[in-house]
Amino acid sequence: MARSNAKVGLMAAAIAISMVGVGFAAVPLYRIFCQVTGFGGTTMRVDAAQAATVVATQKPIVIRFDANQRDGLPWEFKPERPTDTVSIGAKDMSIFIAKNLSNEPVTGTATFNVTPELAGKYFNKIQCFCFTEQTLQPGQQVRMPVLYYVDPKIMSDPETKDIEEITLSYTFYPVENPKTVDRAAEGS
Amino acid sequence: MTTIAATGADLHAHDHHDADHKPGFFARWFMSTNHKDIGTLYLIFAIFAGVVGGAISGLMRMELAEPGIQYLQSWASMMAGKDASMDEAYHMWNVLITAHGLIMVFFMVMPAIIGGFGNWFVPLMIGAPDMAFPRMNNISFWLTVVAFIMLLGSSFVPGGTGLGAGTGWTVYAPLSTSGSVGPAVDMAIFSLHLAGAASILGAINFITTIFNMRAPGMTLHKMPLFVWSVLVTAFLLLLALPVLAAAITMLLVDRNFGGAFFDASAGGDPVLYQHLFWFFGHPEVYIMILPGFGIISQIVATFSRKPVFGYLGMAYAMVAIGVVGFVVWAHHMFTTGMSVDMKMYFTAATMVIAVPTGIKIFSWIATMWGGSVSFKTPMVWAMGFIFMFTVGGVTGVVLANGGLDDNLHDTYYVVAHFHYVLSLGAVFSLFAGFYYWFGKMSGRHLNEFLGHLHFWVFFIGVNVLFFPMHFLGNSGMPRRYPDYPDAFAYWNGVASMGYAIMAVGVLIFFINVFWSLAAGRRAEENYWGEGATTLEWTLSSPPPYHQFETLPVIK
Repeated sequence: MARSNAKVGLMAAAIAISMVGVGFAAVPLYRIFCQVTGFGGTTMRVDAAQAATVVATQKPIVIRFDANQRDGLPWEFKPERPTDTVSIGAKDMSIFIAKNLSNEPVTGTATFNVTPELAGKYFNKIQCFCFTEQTLQPGQQVRMPVLYYVDPKIMSDPETKDIEEITLSYTFYPVENPKTVDRAAEGS
Repeated sequence: MTTIAATGADLHAHDHHDADHKPGFFARWFMSTNHKDIGTLYLIFAIFAGVVGGAISGLMRMELAEPGIQYLQSWASMMAGKDASMDEAYHMWNVLITAHGLIMVFFMVMPAIIGGFGNWFVPLMIGAPDMAFPRMNNISFWLTVVAFIMLLGSSFVPGGTGLGAGTGWTVYAPLSTSGSVGPAVDMAIFSLHLAGAASILGAINFITTIFNMRAPGMTLHKMPLFVWSVLVTAFLLLLALPVLAAAITMLLVDRNFGGAFFDASAGGDPVLYQHLFWFFGHPEVYIMILPGFGIISQIVATFSRKPVFGYLGMAYAMVAIGVVGFVVWAHHMFTTGMSVDMKMYFTAATMVIAVPTGIKIFSWIATMWGGSVSFKTPMVWAMGFIFMFTVGGVTGVVLANGGLDDNLHDTYYVVAHFHYVLSLGAVFSLFAGFYYWFGKMSGRHLNEFLGHLHFWVFFIGVNVLFFPMHFLGNSGMPRRYPDYPDAFAYWNGVASMGYAIMAVGVLIFFINVFWSLAAGRRAEENYWGEGATTLEWTLSSPPPYHQFETLPVIK
């Protein structure tokens, strides 16, 4: 007998335990994967310097805005205009309006994605209210800007070159224990 | 021991006493470390769980026999002990489909095919006296029992809209996290943890046994194909189940400890859960079917009186299915918004699995070809398996197409597909194995006539039950609903009649088992004759309590 039973058994157990580790390691790996590839409609975040290098094209694309809030958030939340037509590569600012309908200050945070999901990696946000938590005083109404552009590379990708309309969707969620710091990164 | 001198006769008597000495009832069955006794316990447990899971599907077919809600509300009221609302009735439906899926996968097929036949025949076939870790074997079994009780218990505690866990066997977030308040889903998850731990321990046991305890001369390439199938299955269990354990642990954290692994509002992603689940879930379907492949190989060779055609190809086809099975999981998620490239990859990778599977089907037929085939009960079940599994395999290739799946996803076409490979595949292999080995395990023959009758009634029943689901799915009937438009009424009615026919078949099976246990003909050593060449046929029926104290030598 080459190896004892205990040795083979322990090796098998080690495989099982390391697979538990692989299962948990999938969480950060998946997050990185989404950020890098725009998988599942994850939008991209860029800084102003990067954005300045992009050259606008002549081709127009329709951006449709969608706003929702989760049950339990006493806000009214809607886009100022339902759609915008922009040139691909041109920077555009759109405004979302949120109003606190309750008698208490309420903090919310927004998640976002775009459809078609394949367009996620070409939808670049320079500035967004969704990067931070928002606190609204009773009855307060705010106008929240999103500064974005659609990367001209969208026209050369065979999977996305036919896209003529992108929907940008936000959902506001209540935050139970508001943080003072900004959300560190765009999660997936 | 002080006495050294003993005569040969003394030694012999002593050996004989040891080999047949059985502990008392409680010690033998509740503290068992004997692989044959544990195998028997697993089989009894699996049959019991199968009856429970089958009865639940009977309730489902009863409700689905006609359009509209007939019984659901009264069942929900019965469970709750008060008048149940319509929403609670719908929740009851979710509980039924969840319980049926989990019970059949974790508490019927797996215990029967791995715990039952694996425990019984892997040591016998490789010429080993027992499993490598007999006491761990005992833990595996009783953990499975506790897990089953846990799952059944979950139906009596609140699970959100009503009593019980109504998440589907996939336990998708967010329905299983923020969507199901109450202890029921926690209990169901804990039940999966226990069943998973039991299976992982079992897998470690099988791997060690097969690697370390083969009789002299039994090289890996001489092992019977059933042993090969259990070896591959054990590795799949070892690699897949821990990922499920991780995923459902994250569910527990999200549910109870404020985690946000799958909560979009806090930066998590529910689709991640689906990836983790199916990374386990797809190998899991091979875990359920591979030992069945092994059983069918033994039976086809026995009743064709020929060695199996292409032995090495058969063994490595199973290895290939196991390996490729780990890189195709997202074909369960074609509708979650994948890019065309990803769909193409998962479509192609999935179709690749049809190649080793085709090798197996071909080799079984080639084994029968030119053989001296006798149509004993196990053989008709095996041939039924080959035919039905191929039908399920063909619809599987259809569903593998990402483009087609957009249309068929979550319809009854999918239900038809996986019941053809499981309810007509895995279950047929279980019955085939049961008819094949019952005499060896119990020492008594099953009745051939009742066996054939069981086969034909069951075969017709399940086909009437599941074949119409292809039509329903093609016409767009979605899964997991208790009600449907009138247009689907005809084939649903037919399917429910099929269930009744199948149930009669199961009844014949039980009559056969009980009659045979009481009055069946005594089984001799090798009752299938010259075709049965593996080591278990060299032993008495039933085998001695401890076998192979002198290891057999394989030439």
